[in-house]
Parts: sequence; structure tokens; C-alpha cells
Amino acid sequence: MEEATTPIEPSDAPAAEAAEASPHAAHHHGPPTSFIRKYIFSVDHKVIGIQYLLLAIFAAFLGMFMSVLMRLNLTWPGRKWSLLGTIFPLGAPDGLMTPEFYLSLVTMHGTMMVFFVLTTAPQGGFGNYFLPIQVGAEDMAFPTLNMLSFWVTLVGLMVLVSAIFVEGSTILGNTDFVNNYLGGGGTGTIGPIGGWTGYPPLSALGKIAGPGQGAGATLWIISIAIFCVGSLLGALNFITTLLNMRTRGMSLMRMPLTCWSWFTTAILALLAFPVLLAAGVLLLLDRHAGTSFFLPAGMVLADNVLPNKGGSPILWQHLFWFFGHPEVYIAILPGMGATSHILSTFARKPVFGYRAMVFAMFAIGLLGFFVWGHHMFISGMDPRTSIAFSVLTLSIGVPSAIKTFNWLGTLWGAKIRFAVPMMFAIGFVSLFVAGGITGVVLGQTSLDLFLHDGYFVLAHFHLVMGVAAIFGMFAGVYFWFPKMFGRMMSERLGQLHFWPTFIGVYGIFVPMHIMGIVGMPRRYSSFAEYDFLRPVDSLVLLVTVAAIVTAAAQFIFLFNFFWSIFKGKKASGNPWEATTLEWVTPTTPPPHDNFAGHLPVVYRGPYEFAVPGAPEDYLLQTTPDAAAGNLAVAEQGATHGAQESSGNGHNGRH
Amino acid sequence: MGRALGVLIWLLTIGSVWLFVNGRWWLPEYISEHGPAYDRQFLITIIVVGISFTAAQVGLGWAVWRYGSSGNRQERAVYSHGNNRLEIIWTGVTALIFIVLGLMGQRVWAQLHLNEAPAGATKVHVVAQQFQWNFHYPGKDGAFGRTDPKLVKDSELNFVGLDEADANAKDDQVVTTLAVPVGRPIELTLQSKDVTHDIFVPELRYKQDVVPGLAIKMHFNLTKEGRFELACAELCGQLHYKMKSYMIALPANVYDELLALPQAQFQARITQLIKEYPIGIKQGTQTATASQ
Repeated sequence: MEEATTPIEPSDAPAAEAAEASPHAAHHHGPPTSFIRKYIFSVDHKVIGIQYLLLAIFAAFLGMFMSVLMRLNLTWPGRKWSLLGTIFPLGAPDGLMTPEFYLSLVTMHGTMMVFFVLTTAPQGGFGNYFLPIQVGAEDMAFPTLNMLSFWVTLVGLMVLVSAIFVEGSTILGNTDFVNNYLGGGGTGTIGPIGGWTGYPPLSALGKIAGPGQGAGATLWIISIAIFCVGSLLGALNFITTLLNMRTRGMSLMRMPLTCWSWFTTAILALLAFPVLLAAGVLLLLDRHAGTSFFLPAGMVLADNVLPNKGGSPILWQHLFWFFGHPEVYIAILPGMGATSHILSTFARKPVFGYRAMVFAMFAIGLLGFFVWGHHMFISGMDPRTSIAFSVLTLSIGVPSAIKTFNWLGTLWGAKIRFAVPMMFAIGFVSLFVAGGITGVVLGQTSLDLFLHDGYFVLAHFHLVMGVAAIFGMFAGVYFWFPKMFGRMMSERLGQLHFWPTFIGVYGIFVPMHIMGIVGMPRRYSSFAEYDFLRPVDSLVLLVTVAAIVTAAAQFIFLFNFFWSIFKGKKASGNPWEATTLEWVTPTTPPPHDNFAGHLPVVYRGPYEFAVPGAPEDYLLQTTPDAAAGNLAVAEQGATHGAQESSGNGHNGRH
Repeated sequence: MGRALGVLIWLLTIGSVWLFVNGRWWLPEYISEHGPAYDRQFLITIIVVGISFTAAQVGLGWAVWRYGSSGNRQERAVYSHGNNRLEIIWTGVTALIFIVLGLMGQRVWAQLHLNEAPAGATKVHVVAQQFQWNFHYPGKDGAFGRTDPKLVKDSELNFVGLDEADANAKDDQVVTTLAVPVGRPIELTLQSKDVTHDIFVPELRYKQDVVPGLAIKMHFNLTKEGRFELACAELCGQLHYKMKSYMIALPANVYDELLALPQAQFQARITQLIKEYPIGIKQGTQTATASQ
């Protein structure tokens, strides 16, 4: 073993200063004891993971609440919701939502969900908590950076939430600061009205383009820019940790699929977020410094010709979707990883085609960078380019199909234990198929001519990157909760949460395809204007009822989560009889340095269930084999070099 | 539990498929020449997707139904790490299906987008602005008058900035309704004064963004008469949902008569036509193919 390749020796680590301050000091001097260092400004990846998870839960309920308000407005136009009128006297005078209030709900719901839920919990939450443990490391490579990534993300969320107050209140919205520096607020929305995609010129012109487009839009852009920075810090950490800090014997091909998914996601984030960050800065300059990156010559507002020249609204779309499409995979890949992991564990069977799963995941990630144009077929870009994007898009169906096939293969011949995590993992597969497969429809340039920007699109991406990803998260929460909090979540409440949620999301999103087929455009605050939408009135009502039921069921989860932290049944160290390293920690929850100074040694792959001749139906990755197999494993490990290192070399068994 | 979940997955599959096949909801009837090809490609794709969806869900439901644990701690699942042969076959088959569908899915697009409109196409300039569609017609002479953003004056109803001094502008008409002839190629030139809009007539099977700074051309042929709702399909601000107009598809001779009218009478005639044509396809009007 070569000490020179030992990964996190300070002399080797690129950000040695950042790393030095924390893990080594922490490990040598024991965990922090003050409340603030332990729970608030913690550098422990486990605490940071839980912080991310809580942030996501907060944002998810806020985003969900907004979606229910939208459904109410669409289903009962003209109806007055007196409570709403009391909370938002401007946005809903007498309880009647204004169109701009509705559109700000659209924007804030999308932003909240895509950035602060789908990008945080699966990666920043579970990835943070379990990636180091699953590869057998004591912490992330750069713990301080890790802490910063969370706090930066939290600031991003606070800036976004501040838009609600700055636009929703005349008092805050009309202060000098808001008027002079943010573009003016107090318009009675809860944020900008341009949607989460924020297309200029609507997003670039400021208050003159509509209510919410002043301070609301400024804060929205700043929030996203801050979020990009936080995600970048996280991504760096994930990649470094995974490549350099795997314990002895943990070759790449012995990593759990969760680790592969977090790794792929981190690479996507590292390459995608800088582009959005740059786009956001350019948009801010267009708004506040008089530049014209996205603004062409000859625009006329209120009979005035605007002074801009030379910009292109389509440029924003290229930059946005260059980020935006990989973002879809940033949201869903960790869910795929968790699902593979959980399916295998509860099927008591190895993952079908582990290698194919790894390659498929990478193929999806790679192809994800070459298909952004399918969001822009009708944007006015060169139609020949669209054809190239279209064919590439359809090809993503291939690795996606491989994954589906392998999930079914994993279940074939299994002995399935139907605990709540498994229910959600199975739900994930069902929803991933339901949502993903319509990509084959939308990916065709010709068919997009009619379906673009309609409810078919809405249904497609909500199912696949929204609901499927969230099912992945639920599966993860129910699965890892015992390890994170040392207690079990209530199985009964979990089942009570699963059934209505699973039925509910089908009830919400499948009928939306039909609305799209009829021609329903998205981002309409009312459908009353158009005769061609009358045939689907009954479906609009059905969707809303399903949405309310589904939303209500989430409170069962919320209650179960917080109740179980304090009152749940005490969990054993490995309640699911799983095989990977998070289940061999000396205590549950794991100690500050995860393995109490004794880094585990890995002898086998991650999903060794039902191994013939083994005493139990599962073999831990750390179970040594006294027989010939052990030698084979050791040789295999020796060919991999880096993973032969013993982690960080102190206190370990080497 | 497993059996219940298996049954539920099957029921949800049946319910989902039923929504698509019950005949109550489908694409609105087409009115354009590329409509039949569009609808055929859509139907083929939906069938392929529907079969794949059903197969996957039925398989999932079956696995969940069939392979539940009995609770006996001694039982073991099948020990298998996969099957490369199956994997390759499966991957090959899906790749083939998706690529073929993907290539087929370029046909209508190519027909509409990779060709110019035929010479002599009926031309209308579309000028979108926040929450209003303006349609600029060339008048009798067939030539569009000069426009200039500096001349835009909404209060004086000069929405498109038409230069009255230009000779070609004398007979031009600007109204907020789109009138087009059936059976002749039509070319729209799309421009926006402020933000990005999108012109959408469901029966036309065509959406196209209207982008400030660009003059995007779209062309198509209509095969049926009638009056159709025209919507904005790209979020353009507060009253996006109300940015509505109509496209009236007229017999060619009626259109020619209309185009010969000066602005005031043109406007009146449009109002009259809106009354004459109820929303939808006019019964019994269909030309077999569009001629030039």
C-alpha cells in the first residue's frame, strides 16, 4: 500500500486549509460539544445532511401549499377564499386571486420545488449523510466547504422567501431600498410572474413588464445565483470524497448504486450550475446595469422604443436549458440510486445487471448534456438543429429502459419484504415508467408542434422529475431514518401515507396528459376564456380533488417524521438486514467519525443477498470470506490502486 | 400487502389507459394539410408508448404479486446478478423502436420547417404585444407598407408602427383577428413588440414562438373553413391567459374580396364574419388538397 496516495493527507488535498481545520482536529479532539458547533454550524456531514433534509421538507410543504392554491383558482374561478384574502389582501383582494398572484404562485412553486426540494434532499440530504459512510470515510473531503454549501443554500432560500414579503406587502415593497436597488415591489404578488424558467424579455425588463417583475424578479435571480454557488461547493465535495476517500477494498465497482448516482449527479451539477450562474449574472446586468445580453433592438413598451440593442432572448434559453436539462437528471438520478439500493435490499436479491446500471446512469448523465434543445424546438432556433436534438433525446430512452428492465429483473424471483421504503421504491419504478415514457412523444419535433408548453409537458415532467423523484426521497427517508435518528418510523402511518399518495399522484398527473391532448396551455390563470378547453372541465375538477387528497396525506408523513424522531420504536443497527457500510457503524446513529476510528474493510460487492451457502440471506460488505473467494476479492481489489489506501490512515487498523 | 399493491398497479394502469382510449378526449379535429400526418404519427407513438407502459406496469405488478416473501426466514431469493444476453436483446429492441419513432417523428417537422413557403403564398404579418394580437395585411397591392417601432402609437391604434407616408402602406389593413384563405399556402411572419409570445391554434397543429428581435416565418395550408380560437402559448405576463384572438379560415374568393377592402370596411367585414362563422369547423367544407 502506498502512503503517497493516501487521499486526505493535508499535503495532498487541494483545499488543504479548509480540510485541515476540521476533520483532523475534530477526530483528534473528539466531536464538538457546544450546541452551535454540533447542530447549527456543524461540519459533520451527517448533521449537514439532516439540515438539508429539513430545508427540503420546509420548501416542499411551502411549494405544495402553493400548488393547492393554484388548483383552487383553476377549478373554482371567481370563488372567494376569505382566509387567503386576509393573508394576501393585495394578491387576493376579498379572497379572489388576481392573475398575477396566480402566476407568482406558478413561479415560486416551480423554483421552490426544482431548486430547494429536488436538488437539495436527494443529493445534499441523503448524499451528504450516506455517501461518506457508504464508501467507508470519516467525513466529507472538505467538511468546512460542506457546511458552507448548506448555509449558502439556506441564504438562497431566505432570499427567495423574502420575495414573498417584498412583493406581497406594500410597506416592505415601497421602501427606498427596494425601489432604488431591487426594482420596486409591493405589487401584490408573492414573487415574479415569469415562471421558474424566467425567460427574458419578460424577466429582464423590470417592473414595466408586469407586477412582480421588479423586486420579485431581482430577488428570484439573486436567490438562484446563490443557490448555484451552494450546489457547486457541494458537488466538489462529493466528487473528491468519492474518488479519494473510499476505504480499503471499496473499489469503484463495489460501491452501492446510491454512491454512483450521487457521483454522477455531482458531476452534472459541477458542469451545469456554473452556466446558470453566469446566465443569472447576465440577466441581473440586463436589469440593473443597462446591458443587452438578452434584449434585442426595436422593443416597444407603452409606445416607447427601448434603447437596447444586439441581445437575444433565445440566448437565455440556451444557457438556461444547458443547465435545465441536466438539472432534470440531478433531480432524478439520486432517486434511481436509492430505488436500486432499496429494491435489492427488500427483494433480498442482488441488483440485476449492476454494471449495466452504472453505465446506464452515466449514459443518462452524459446524454443529458446534449439534449437541452428539445425544450426549444419552437423557440425560433434553427429547425435543423432541432432534428439533431430530437434524435439524441429519443436515445436517452435506451439507458432509461435498461434501468427499468433491470429493476424488474431485480424483482423477478425475489422474496419481497413489503416495508414502507419498498412500497415507495416500487412506486418510484411505476411512476418513472409512467412519466418517462411520454418523453418519447414529446421528444419528437413534429409532435412537439402541438404539445409544447401544454399540459402534456406538465404531466410528463411532474411525473418523472417531480413525483418519481419525491417517491425516491420518501423511500430514502423511510429506509435511512432508523440510521439517522436511531428510531423506526411508524410502519402503520407509513402505509397510510403511501396508499393515498400513490393513487393520488396518478389521479393528478395522468389526466393532465389528456388536457394536453385537448390543447390546454400551461401557465394560464384561468381556462374560462377558451371554448376548446370545455371538454376537460370534469378532469380539471378530478385533478384538484386528487391534489387535495394527496396534499393532505403528506401531513401523515410530516407527523410520522417528527413524532418518530422522539417517540419511534428504538432501531437496531441494521433493521432491514441490509449489506452496505451504513449498517455496520458501531453505534446508531453513527458516531461523529462514523466508524469510531476503525475504518471498515470491504470484501465484496454491495448487494450480496441470497448467496448460496451463506448462513443468512445477506452478506455484509465487511464480512470476510474464509474460503477461496476471499483471495479472489483481495486480488481484485489490488488491481484498483487508489482504493487500496486505508482511508486516512490514523486510528485505523492499518 | 404485495398482492394488494400488484392489483393497485394494474388498476392504475387500466385507469390510465382508459383515459386515452375511451374516445371522449382526443386532439381537436385538424384543419391543416399536415394535420393527418401529425395525427397519424401521434397515434402510432401513443400506441407504442401505451404498449410499453402497459407491459412494464403489468410486469411490475406481476413481480410484486408473485414474489412476496412468505415470512419464512429460511427462504432464499434466486441468486443472480443479471443476464447479459437478455440485457443486450432488450436494449437493442428498445433502441430500434425509439430510433425509428424518432426518425419518423421528424417528417411533419421537416415538411413545415425545412422548406420555404411556395412563391405566391398569402402573406400576413403577425405583431404580438402584451395581451393583444395584431395582424397586418398587405391590402390589394399585395405589398406591405413600411413599419418602424418609432411610429408605434397604441393610443392612435397604430399598433404595428405603420408608416402612413409609405405608398405601399396606403391600402394595408391592421386588425386583431387573423383571416386566411383555405386551399392556398399561407405564410405568417411573426414579430413581437415586447416579450416572447407564442401563436397557437389547436386545430392547426402548430405552435411557434413569437420572439422580439426576430421575424420568424411559418407556413402551412388549410383544408377546412371555420373560425378557430387563437391563443398565446408562451407566458407573456399578467393577462397571458386572455391574450386571445381568432383565426378565420375563409374560401379563397371571400378572402380576396376581404383583402380588397380599405381598413374601416375591412374591420367591419371581419366583425361580420365572426358572427357568420360560429367557433369550429364549418360543416361540409373541405378541399381535398391545397393548390397553389
